[in-house]
Amino acid sequence: MRDRAFAPSRILIYLVVTLFAAAYLAPLVVVVLNSLRTNEEIAQGSMIGWPKHLAWGNYALAWSGFCVAETCAGIRPYMLNSALITIPATIFSTLLGAIAGYAVSLWRFRGDNWIYGIVTLGLFLPQQMRLLPWTFVLRDIGLINTLSGLVLIHTIQGLSFTVLFCRNYYVAIPHELISAARIDGAGFFRIFWRIILPLSSPILIVTVIWQFTHIWNEFLYGVTFTTGQQQPVTAALIALSAAIADIPQHGVQSAAVIIAALPTLLIYLLGGRYFVRGLTAGAVK
Amino acid sequence: MSNAVSTATRPATSDMVRRLPEYLMIWVPLLLSAAHLISFSIWTIWISFTPSTLIPVSGWVGLRNYTSVLASRNWQIAFDNLLLFGSAFVLLSLITGLLLAILLDQRIRGENVLRSIFLYPLAVSFVVTGTVWSWLLNPGIGIEKLAHDLGWASFHFDWLVNRDMAIWTIVIAAIWQSSGFAMALFLAGLRSVDADIIKAAQIDGAGPIRTYWRVILPTLWPITITVVVIQLQFAISAFDLVRALTNGGPGIATQLPALVVYDLMFQRSQLGRGAAAAVLMLLILLAVLLPYAAWRYVQRRQATHA
Repeated sequence: MRDRAFAPSRILIYLVVTLFAAAYLAPLVVVVLNSLRTNEEIAQGSMIGWPKHLAWGNYALAWSGFCVAETCAGIRPYMLNSALITIPATIFSTLLGAIAGYAVSLWRFRGDNWIYGIVTLGLFLPQQMRLLPWTFVLRDIGLINTLSGLVLIHTIQGLSFTVLFCRNYYVAIPHELISAARIDGAGFFRIFWRIILPLSSPILIVTVIWQFTHIWNEFLYGVTFTTGQQQPVTAALIALSAAIADIPQHGVQSAAVIIAALPTLLIYLLGGRYFVRGLTAGAVK
Repeated sequence: MSNAVSTATRPATSDMVRRLPEYLMIWVPLLLSAAHLISFSIWTIWISFTPSTLIPVSGWVGLRNYTSVLASRNWQIAFDNLLLFGSAFVLLSLITGLLLAILLDQRIRGENVLRSIFLYPLAVSFVVTGTVWSWLLNPGIGIEKLAHDLGWASFHFDWLVNRDMAIWTIVIAAIWQSSGFAMALFLAGLRSVDADIIKAAQIDGAGPIRTYWRVILPTLWPITITVVVIQLQFAISAFDLVRALTNGGPGIATQLPALVVYDLMFQRSQLGRGAAAAVLMLLILLAVLLPYAAWRYVQRRQATHA
């Protein structure tokens, strides 16, 4: 290969790519910088600027100080809510999805293709078709305005994705492996535990990252089925902007936005490869 | 496959009892999932034909809820916005994604870092994206204010508060958030193009641009269709982003179907009409998904026959 590093076309490519990268990074950089500027400093100029001195206090206020509606506990309770919704729902939906995915791909049973086909329709059915029924189901079982209610919703709805991911991964496992184990007398759970699970780490990581990101970032159900102190952080951010629209505190709000986005951003940084695999796996449905 | 276990010779009932945990584990989650999808859809469709307002009631009003939704200004604006937003967002994010993928495919240094930069917005919630862009695009505190502070007094960028242009702010934020997705799929497609075809084109004397245009890009059609369908699916059900960025405003200038549904169901307590609007959303989605499913079916059949 001849060295083309300094050809004009190469320079153009690097220039365009760098400009795009700057544009994609700009919103993040602006918010990070704002989270370190005082509200007064932002009010005097614009949202875009370099901090004169680092106002770390914004983070303390955002975390546990500022007021949403009548409660002044910062974003902390809502972060906790989001964690208490996201972590159990991710674990349940992934585990149940792995078992069901194994059942429909390798164990096989009567009606497996049918039920799998129906479950994956959940990838396409708009949330709006399920809003009213969930409202009445949650009310009837006493889980309206509770974190458990959202865990239930995200577990059941998440199954459409987790079953699809795991099933598509497991179909590549040779069927003889299962037949041989069955002849040896191994049952459903034993095969899952001993053979399937040890082979599953890549797909489980993809599924966990996908579910965590989606549930953490979910807004519609959070804002519909919970109010006040029960809301997840996405709904709280909207409530916060509405609550302080009269006297904006953009420094503190920026810090709150960064804190709310941090869990999924960290997961993306640590598991980017698996994150992308989830995206493309979801695309080839 | 089930004859593998037929060596076991136990009475059928005790076998059933013994395998109960297994049946429960297989069937309960799958049945819950399937049952909620089917029953919730049927229930919402049923409600859309009833005179329900604050609470669900039985009764039959035919298509009255549908005609009243379709006749409302709110829905008409939402539908027009969806056509504009959907086509502009999908087209521009396709172009952006393809351009980025082609650029990243030129064996450039730092490809991994660049790819991570183009993809990170996908890890962020629409609420965060919408909030941040509502600051940047707000003429009083964002880009316009910065330009004024820097001395460019005549600079105007007030789309966020401009009725005619506000929908474009949603296009901008949506492209920022999800063109990386198109890039990732296109890049995977570019990388899977057969190297021999490219070599053959080069031997025939085709330059790099001609090779791309004539040889490589045509192989990306299936991926393009998949990207279009997935992005349209997002556009049709877009809610969080609009809620955080414009909340449907100014006025109702950036209303979208999902916001109309929410408004009817939970703010105006018009359950029947809200359900009708939700079913209309589903129909719009089906208008996209059914041709796609048919296309996929034909593709698969061709693949198995080939």
